[in-house]
Amino acid sequence: MSPKMTITDRLFTIRYKSDDAPHLKIKDEWLCANCETQNCTYICPANVYEWNSAQFKLNVSHENCLECGTCRIACLHSNIEWKYTLGGRGIAYRYG
Amino acid sequence: MTETFDAIIVGAGPAGGAAALKLTQAGLKVVLLERGEFPGAKNVFGGVLYRKQIEDLVPEFWKEKGAPIERSIIEQRIWMMGKESCTTIGHRNEAFKEPMNCFTGLRVKFDQWLAGKAVEAGALPVYETTALELIWKGDRVVGVRTDREDGDLYANVVVIADGINSLLGKSLGVHTEWKPDEVSLVVKEMIALPREKIEDRFNLEGDEGATVEFMGETSLGMAGMGFLYTNKDSLSLGIGVMVNDLIRKGIKPYELLNSVKQHPTIRKLIQGGEVKEYAAHMIPEGGYHSVPALSGNGWCIAGDAAQLVNFVHREGTNLAMKSGELAAAAIIEAKKRGDFSAETLGEYDRRMKESFVMKDLKKYKGMHHLMKKYDSSLLFDKLPQAVNAAAYTMYSVDGIPKAEKQKQAVRMIIDAAGGTLNLLKLGHKGWRSING
Repeated sequence: MSPKMTITDRLFTIRYKSDDAPHLKIKDEWLCANCETQNCTYICPANVYEWNSAQFKLNVSHENCLECGTCRIACLHSNIEWKYTLGGRGIAYRYG
Repeated sequence: MTETFDAIIVGAGPAGGAAALKLTQAGLKVVLLERGEFPGAKNVFGGVLYRKQIEDLVPEFWKEKGAPIERSIIEQRIWMMGKESCTTIGHRNEAFKEPMNCFTGLRVKFDQWLAGKAVEAGALPVYETTALELIWKGDRVVGVRTDREDGDLYANVVVIADGINSLLGKSLGVHTEWKPDEVSLVVKEMIALPREKIEDRFNLEGDEGATVEFMGETSLGMAGMGFLYTNKDSLSLGIGVMVNDLIRKGIKPYELLNSVKQHPTIRKLIQGGEVKEYAAHMIPEGGYHSVPALSGNGWCIAGDAAQLVNFVHREGTNLAMKSGELAAAAIIEAKKRGDFSAETLGEYDRRMKESFVMKDLKKYKGMHHLMKKYDSSLLFDKLPQAVNAAAYTMYSVDGIPKAEKQKQAVRMIIDAAGGTLNLLKLGHKGWRSING
């Protein structure tokens, strides 16, 4: 076992059924662009949020989401609209 | 689906499963909603389940073939971690075998098993279905809107057991969004390892198990606790840290886990293992003061959705099951009276107050304040490091007289606390916080 698994290695261990409609939505992109801390970009255990400096916007890989909800609570501006994935979609742990 | 039920249970975790089982056993018409592919699909915990509260629901469950038991715990250890050191206390006892006290489990197995009991008893399982919102009539909750076509369900009472994020609980307004200092984030790995290796490394025989909780240097100056539990042929390794501390430190949770795995004590126990699953979940950490009103007109709230976790003793699923059971008791009474008002369902709040659940949370009600008052780096970094340095000094034989060593060791701990007075204050406040 490699002691330093990457997040990509880790996400490969989880079963997903992707949800066509994103369950995560940024309410106001302008707020993210002006956010000093961008807590979501490091607090997420699945690296869902990444700041794209070329496009000057926040990339949201909702399909990797583990549905923990930490981003919603950590966002200083309450700028993440966090909904439940639709029935049967999203993650399905095999052990939990 | 425009049938009317006695109760709609939202969420087939331990709280929802327990409520559904008790209600159907009493002859009530129950629908059990679950948004995951199956009960447990979205659920994560460290891994310890307690016999007593499960037995209250399913007598002698451990005798069943296929009971969701990994290993029966005969030893619990607590490790205080330094950078490459660790000071340990623990308790091992053959008496924990009969009756079994607690055991390790996996949520996907356990939640399916418990929900399965409710379904066997007659609850209607409606899985892969998300509850979108509550349906109100005046000031009463009368049903749940789901994401199915024509998916409005109606009932006399809705049991909200939708977990830590509890979007339905928030829509009630009984609790608003949790604050970062009311929740922790746990990242966990399930690491497969041959059972002989587990038994050798943890000094176990057959289906005996051991648990380890660790705190200190491993949480990198944040308030938090790690765990390492033995399953049949895997280990559950994880660490939870307060979300406010994660924000403050700016550390990625999986990097924290990487660092835990490199601690020499842990590295040697997991080496050769293969990570089968990575998982993340929040834990309620607010304690007594964060628990909302538990019932109202046509609704009850239970489990994580109501912050029912005793974080000092890492108990959660048992509190959830007890809350589901007591909510069911109140609903059964309400059904007899034909009255599902806040006043009647308030019986649930009253029973909870009298149960070990609220009594235990009350005992530790000062802990949250204590953690707020003290910088996490003192309790979770400086003090554990000083304890390890002091232990190292006391155990090292280097020609320095013991009396002098003892002075040095005591000084290390006093200095870490910022002086004798501060250490005494901390001890006093600490004692009070666990005896509220």
